[in-house]
Amino acid sequence: MAEAAPIGPATGERRRGTELALVVFGLVLTLVAYAEVGLAHNAHVPSGIAAYGIGFAVLFGIAHIAVRRLAPYADPVLLPIAVALNGMGLVLIQRLDLAGDDAAAAAHRAAPRGAAPLQLVWTVIGVALFVAVLVFVRDHRRLRNYTYTAMVAGLVLLALPAVLPASHSVVNGARIWVRFGSFSFQPGEIAKILLEIFFAGYLVRHRDLLRLAGRRVAGLELPRARDLGPVLLAWAASLLILIRESDLGSSLLFFGIFVVVLYVATERGSWLLIGVLLFVVGAVIAGAAIPHVHDRFTAWLNPFSNAIYNRKIGSSYQLDQGLFGMATGGIFGTGLGQGRPDIVPFANTDFIMASVGEELGLAGVMAVLTLYLVFVARGLRAALGTRDGFGKLLGVGLAFGFALQVFVQVGGVTRLIPLTGLTLPFLSYGGSSLVTNWVLLALLLRISDAGRRPATPRPTSTDPRASETVVVRR
Amino acid sequence: MNRPLRKVAIAALVMFAALLINANVVQVVEATSLKNNQHNVRLLYSEYSHQRGPIVVGRTAIARSVATHDALKYLRVYPEGPLYAPVTGYYSLTYSYSGIEQEENSILAGTSDKLFVKRLSDVFTGRQPQGGAVELTINAQLQQAAYTALAGRRGAVVALDPRTGAILALVSSPSYDPSRISTHNQATNTAAWNFYLHNPDAPMLDRAISQTYPPGSTFKVITTAAALSSGRYTPSTLIPAPNSLSFNDSNRKLHNFQGETCAGGGRMTLADALRVSCNTAYGDLGIALGSNALLQQAQAFGLGRSLSIPLPVVSSRFVAEHGQALTADSAIGQASDAVTPLQMAMVAAGVANGGVVMRPYLVSQERAPDSSVIAQAQPQELGRAISPAVAAQLTSMMQRVVTSGTGTAAQVPGVSVAGKTGTAENVPGRPTHAWFICFAPAQDPQVAIAVIVENGGIGGSTAAPIARQVLRAALGR
Repeated sequence: MAEAAPIGPATGERRRGTELALVVFGLVLTLVAYAEVGLAHNAHVPSGIAAYGIGFAVLFGIAHIAVRRLAPYADPVLLPIAVALNGMGLVLIQRLDLAGDDAAAAAHRAAPRGAAPLQLVWTVIGVALFVAVLVFVRDHRRLRNYTYTAMVAGLVLLALPAVLPASHSVVNGARIWVRFGSFSFQPGEIAKILLEIFFAGYLVRHRDLLRLAGRRVAGLELPRARDLGPVLLAWAASLLILIRESDLGSSLLFFGIFVVVLYVATERGSWLLIGVLLFVVGAVIAGAAIPHVHDRFTAWLNPFSNAIYNRKIGSSYQLDQGLFGMATGGIFGTGLGQGRPDIVPFANTDFIMASVGEELGLAGVMAVLTLYLVFVARGLRAALGTRDGFGKLLGVGLAFGFALQVFVQVGGVTRLIPLTGLTLPFLSYGGSSLVTNWVLLALLLRISDAGRRPATPRPTSTDPRASETVVVRR
Repeated sequence: MNRPLRKVAIAALVMFAALLINANVVQVVEATSLKNNQHNVRLLYSEYSHQRGPIVVGRTAIARSVATHDALKYLRVYPEGPLYAPVTGYYSLTYSYSGIEQEENSILAGTSDKLFVKRLSDVFTGRQPQGGAVELTINAQLQQAAYTALAGRRGAVVALDPRTGAILALVSSPSYDPSRISTHNQATNTAAWNFYLHNPDAPMLDRAISQTYPPGSTFKVITTAAALSSGRYTPSTLIPAPNSLSFNDSNRKLHNFQGETCAGGGRMTLADALRVSCNTAYGDLGIALGSNALLQQAQAFGLGRSLSIPLPVVSSRFVAEHGQALTADSAIGQASDAVTPLQMAMVAAGVANGGVVMRPYLVSQERAPDSSVIAQAQPQELGRAISPAVAAQLTSMMQRVVTSGTGTAAQVPGVSVAGKTGTAENVPGRPTHAWFICFAPAQDPQVAIAVIVENGGIGGSTAAPIARQVLRAALGR
């Protein structure tokens, strides 16, 4: 069966024209949505739409040209998905800004500082970093040399909010920030990629050791006790994050990525089982010992209980309002600018999916989820297609981490699982998250490019186009 | 490493499938119940986005929507807030709605099926849907006279047209201003709400229809009706009126008000017993009639029925008591008897209308935004309580209460008024509730009234003068 499905078509097809067409489509989608917001708000197409259109075209045109030049064989669908999600995110954030302006005007207050202009700046920075990664990381295997550097940097960034005084690290109850004056970012976001590099580098080196079987119990080959060290360490680290930073989402995300990469590296289902068991134990301990986590859990179980809705801390208010918004939106939604997504606290970050559900309806939610699913599928395909173990592990870490983040995030907002505080990639307002995901995209494209590039370029030629006609047999 | 990688891909697929299925559950399967959750204010927001129809008394809008410049495009205002609050209710972002605002919401909001054709044309022409108007039966002069006469005391006044059941006045005092909890500022609404909520006089309680009281001696009208209907009594039948009434099942004795004597301890006519409101005579009469006869008569006047006018009315209560002592108490409006002021107005109206009780109603017309009438109230009989002959006898007995009995304070020069006082004991140690029910003119009744002043003392002194003010406003004297 495995033979029947070809892995990553290494036929040297570039398909950059497809990518360009899809980027243009994502751009048109964004501009139409932006016009709709303006029409709903004051019956006028926003005056700056032409300037924004040209700006977006230039910005994402640069991203496309960078891929064309620097990763010509990369998957053609990934970049357009990022463009469409980033664009829709900007429109939704702008739409919520307008609601905030209206509310301020009604209360005779000055309009709050808009989030959309900042997100626009972060988009530019994100695309710049995207290009920079493609320029400087010409071969993803070189990242393997920085395995331990990445680990140290990642852990330092991750621990930074925990060691900083609360005044520089706590925003809205979550200790996940580094904040100086008006500048703030979430180091955990970028730490995610650094640790994924570390996981891949570490596990590709030690996979043979970790594959050594210990005892065989009930048809399952358990690892040797002494090899449990790394997984226990990761577990302890994620629990520490959780306890110190009250960040359930990141904790689950890091541990989930580690366990899955470990499983792919060793091909041993027993690691998966051990990981799940450790997670369950950790979750039970956290639920019992940490009030914040316990509140989230009870709000998930009984979101409509008046006692929980009305409590001052750990109320289900936000969750409920998000659900009401999505239910009011129904199948087709109220239309952009015509619902009240601003009723939900943090509608432009944690609860942006509730805004999508209210104004674009179930149709919009399913469209966005499908974009994420295709992104993940293409990411995993890049991992499958690449030939080196490090690339496979890094690819699966990046792609599965992305999938897990979307699952935990959207699942929390739609009450599939308890609510945690993660951002939705490309869509949510937030600079650290947006920039990180553009870097993640660049790495996936780099891995994809390596996998789809013709396997045996003629050593004499430096021009990649020369290899186009080579027929590869695998 | 590709084999586990494929399994990871399948796991990712399962995760997304779960998200997609769950989104369908939230936005389709559970959508209706989530949408209608009490905490979902979105439906209210969408209601505010177009002009809500007015509530009209006479030609004046007592609740109307005015355009604003904030995010909610229309503000609900109540120009004479406290006067009409028990009728209009409020229309609040923070506290949903109540009263006519609630019961007639589909007309006011323009969502009623009765407005369907109109709405259909709105869809095609792209116009904002508009709400229809609700016109009330209330008479502005009566409402104002009753509200002024109560002068902030705790109590209620209900006036009915006995021939139709139309509610001419429905006043509860003290009242509240619905404008103050219907602003677009949640904090203002909450502050006003809490202010009213913590007021010990409970201004948001609609005393006319949502609160029951012991009827006291006004219940003697029902006991008299039962006696006359039994065929064993006429107004001139002599009945025992002892100075105190003893029972075979209790050591307690029933006395008259302040220990007075009615007829020197002897016998008196039924008409005189009603005129001076003799407790011992009526206690004895109640025992003689039996609790089942009292119950049947009370039910014939509407007690025990829940009404919607269309505001929901708390049902008044009469229990067929066991034993002499409690039966005697229940015959003079004590024991477990509990009635709304509206119910006692219906008793007066039933006698006034030749024995037929009309179904009370508050809405006279529903009109479409273009002023065309889409529904017109039709008076309905609730039932016959007494025969025309008994009604005539009872009317003349009640006239004598006002000419030469306990209710002289309700006299209006040139008009024959029929009435009955009530002085109801409630919580031991607290002052009695003052009651008065009446109708006029006695031979051609145009208005029937019930008045209660909580802990107001003696009905004839406190409640009857209020009824007189309302009568004068009603009859133009």
